[in-house]
Amino acid sequence: MTKTVLTVDDSRTMRDMLMLALKDAGYNVVQAVDGVHGLEVLAEERPDIVITDINMPRMDGFGFIEGMRADPAYSGVPVLVLTTESDAAKKQRARDAGATGWIVKPFDPVRLVDAVRRVAA
Amino acid sequence: MSDDPFEAIKATFFQECEELLGDLETNLIALESGDTDIETINACFRAVHSVKGGAGAFGLDDLVRFAHVFETLMDELRSGRKAVDEDVVQSLLRASDVLNDHVTAARGAGPAVDPDRSQALIAELETLTHGAPVSGTDADAAGDMDDDFGFTPVALSLDDFGAGEAMPLMDLPALDLPPLDLPSLDAPVVTGGEQTGWKIIFRPHPRLYANANETALLLRELGRLGPISVEMDDSGLPSLEALEPLDSHLVWTIHLDAPVAELDVRDVFDFVETDCDLSIMSVMAEGAGASVVSDSLPDLDDGLPSLDTGAAAEFDIAALVAMAQADTASRLGGGGETAPVAETPKSTAAPAPAAPPVAANNATAAAPAAASAATAPVTIRVELDRVDRLINAVGELVIQQAMLAQRVYESGLARSSDISLGLEDLELLTREIQDSVMAIRAQPVKSVFQRMPRLVREVAAMTGKKVKLVTAGEDTEVDKTVVERLSEPITHMLRNAIDHGLESPEEREAAGKPVEGTVKLAALHRSGRIVIEISDDGKGINRQRVRSIAEERGLVTPDQILSDDEVDNLIFLPGFSTAQEVTDVSGRGVGMDVVRRSIQSLGGRISISSNPGKGSIFTMSLPLTLAVLDGMVVGAADQTLVAPLAAIVESLTPKAEDIHLVGGVDPVLMFRDEFVPLVDVGQTMEFRNEPTELKGGVVMIVETEGGQRAGLLVDAIHGQRQVVIKSLETNYRHVEGVAAATILGDGRVALILDIDVLVNTGRRRTTSLAELKMAS
Repeated sequence: MTKTVLTVDDSRTMRDMLMLALKDAGYNVVQAVDGVHGLEVLAEERPDIVITDINMPRMDGFGFIEGMRADPAYSGVPVLVLTTESDAAKKQRARDAGATGWIVKPFDPVRLVDAVRRVAA
Repeated sequence: MSDDPFEAIKATFFQECEELLGDLETNLIALESGDTDIETINACFRAVHSVKGGAGAFGLDDLVRFAHVFETLMDELRSGRKAVDEDVVQSLLRASDVLNDHVTAARGAGPAVDPDRSQALIAELETLTHGAPVSGTDADAAGDMDDDFGFTPVALSLDDFGAGEAMPLMDLPALDLPPLDLPSLDAPVVTGGEQTGWKIIFRPHPRLYANANETALLLRELGRLGPISVEMDDSGLPSLEALEPLDSHLVWTIHLDAPVAELDVRDVFDFVETDCDLSIMSVMAEGAGASVVSDSLPDLDDGLPSLDTGAAAEFDIAALVAMAQADTASRLGGGGETAPVAETPKSTAAPAPAAPPVAANNATAAAPAAASAATAPVTIRVELDRVDRLINAVGELVIQQAMLAQRVYESGLARSSDISLGLEDLELLTREIQDSVMAIRAQPVKSVFQRMPRLVREVAAMTGKKVKLVTAGEDTEVDKTVVERLSEPITHMLRNAIDHGLESPEEREAAGKPVEGTVKLAALHRSGRIVIEISDDGKGINRQRVRSIAEERGLVTPDQILSDDEVDNLIFLPGFSTAQEVTDVSGRGVGMDVVRRSIQSLGGRISISSNPGKGSIFTMSLPLTLAVLDGMVVGAADQTLVAPLAAIVESLTPKAEDIHLVGGVDPVLMFRDEFVPLVDVGQTMEFRNEPTELKGGVVMIVETEGGQRAGLLVDAIHGQRQVVIKSLETNYRHVEGVAAATILGDGRVALILDIDVLVNTGRRRTTSLAELKMAS
């Protein structure tokens, strides 16, 4: 069955690039523009995998992941953090919030799809 | 959209860049005007960050390099490691101009950025970030970038690992897959013998599972590196009764029979390395057993060729970029819609083949003039009426946008649909337009502050006191209406500070203070509001006297225990005036309660903090605009109402056992070990006569300007929304308990609650109604 990936990013450019790469790899893609919107779409679309940016207005990626993990319904949904910030502290914060893994921007599509495949059952 | 998806995304990127750079400039200007709110700094960071992120994907190296240095400084500022001062803001503004030029150049719409200019600013930003320019900037920047850019092809095995389903307990030597034939791997440092594989012991922590990682998936990844056999040790598993479902009990030992690079093995555990105990040992040919490989990773490229040729070819970013650049170049050559690279903007006269030399001169002269004009602020005078028309139109736009969003939502379209997504973007854009338009009406408080030195001189002369006035933050901007209405409360408070706050020169001398007293008037932005502080170095509040006067006037009872702050704030109560003898200056029967009320009518708050013998500080905070309000939309007795968000402490569904009736009549709610009175909104607003079922509704805990807490009982909370304030007085008449009105997304008018009035009348009414019932 086709898996659905939710991408949460305030940048249209990033959303489009993710869409292009993931669609091509055979995923169904739904999008959200920030953490608040992300939580809404999450409830509606029940995605299998989530990819989120960190720096976003209204609610950042950490808040989004925490909000998501607070709901037992999404405890098993893997979340990949998408960020240019590859430093250890950021990764640790993402992990503390409940992130499954990360993708360093600018991603290349092969790595992106590989990371998604790695966390997807 | 263009046919080539990559080109289409690139077009989106440049369009987005334009918006981001606009945001950046707006926020930098806010910083310049003294608004060093963390959200403003964050917004700047995000803008630069997003430009860099997109630019990286398109291989726009110059742009990325510059944005990276810019972003690093912004990161220092937002983390608070570096303070935002005048110098920094000026550098940031210059950097924003250069970033703009880099984007224009990258789009092919302008000349390449002068490398010296760019490099000079990079050095300037680095000096601010690190204290000195990073030596050998070019090399370092490139090195720095490796982190983000280092695109190393990923080794993907084409071996489809068929036994995936049986993974958790698999033992697969029987498959006997040949080790992958990989060229010259950077073998780990091992002594003696030839390395044939790896032994991995893996003990997951509970956190690994909590973050949705899975042992089975990790084993699947290891299986892609070569043949593996897996042993699971379940000896740590407790009995069923003692089992904690969220704990982790299993230990896995994996034998990987392939001499792959250690880095590849570690890479599999990249996401989970801090969430498990992991030891990776190399296995030797001679059967010498396993030797633990040091934890330090070899700093080498893993150098593996990408085996997943299909996907890699399709997604070769470099090739796509090259293609895109070639495309751009050909379009440039063909003189398409894009402007040629190094040409000055054409004046209207320029296209004429035999343009007079004068026109040509004008065209070339115009460019530097425009460039220098960009650095100095340019202003235009506009009739206020035009601005207000624009503001009204934007207000309608906000309402229209909300209505549209509501319709779409009601139509059952998914929140993730393209239309909803577009609407979300539209909402962000609308808010941005609204902010920008509001900024047009913003004025510095200077015009009010300028009038104060004269007032201070007059009051000083009348009271025979020596006073020095210090002002700060005159450039702080706030909506014109707010500026105009600030004058009166500031005047009153300054008078009060000199008359009541400062001592006479003799008293000051006796107290060992300078004979001249200091009164400070300061304005600053804080969390989206303007804060005006009036402080003096006088005698401070005489709490004993305040207390006894308050008791005398029946404002407090003698047995009430009040904190120092609470005593200080008694002076704002109606009917309180500490001037024992009415003075010419401030004792004109106008008490601090009037000041407070006029500030509250602007949606503001005032408080005092006093230090006996040292002085007092009056702090008033006001919204930056009177045109919009962040509100919570609620329902009560079939009416839709809006409660100002600033007044709401929290919302909850009360438990039956937390609601009590004081004296059998007044409902109160046990909230955080404190009883707060409950106000039935539907009944207090007279939407219905019967009290609502106490247990059925939702309670919003609110705090009045006086710091008094109460619970507003409503039927439902619909959500948070920014609403456009429409005056009820102008369009209808004043209604008790209603501050203003607004139009909601569905076109209905909703009343905005006046929390203070509501809480006070609500308590009286609830009580009297209850008494009425008792009596009848």
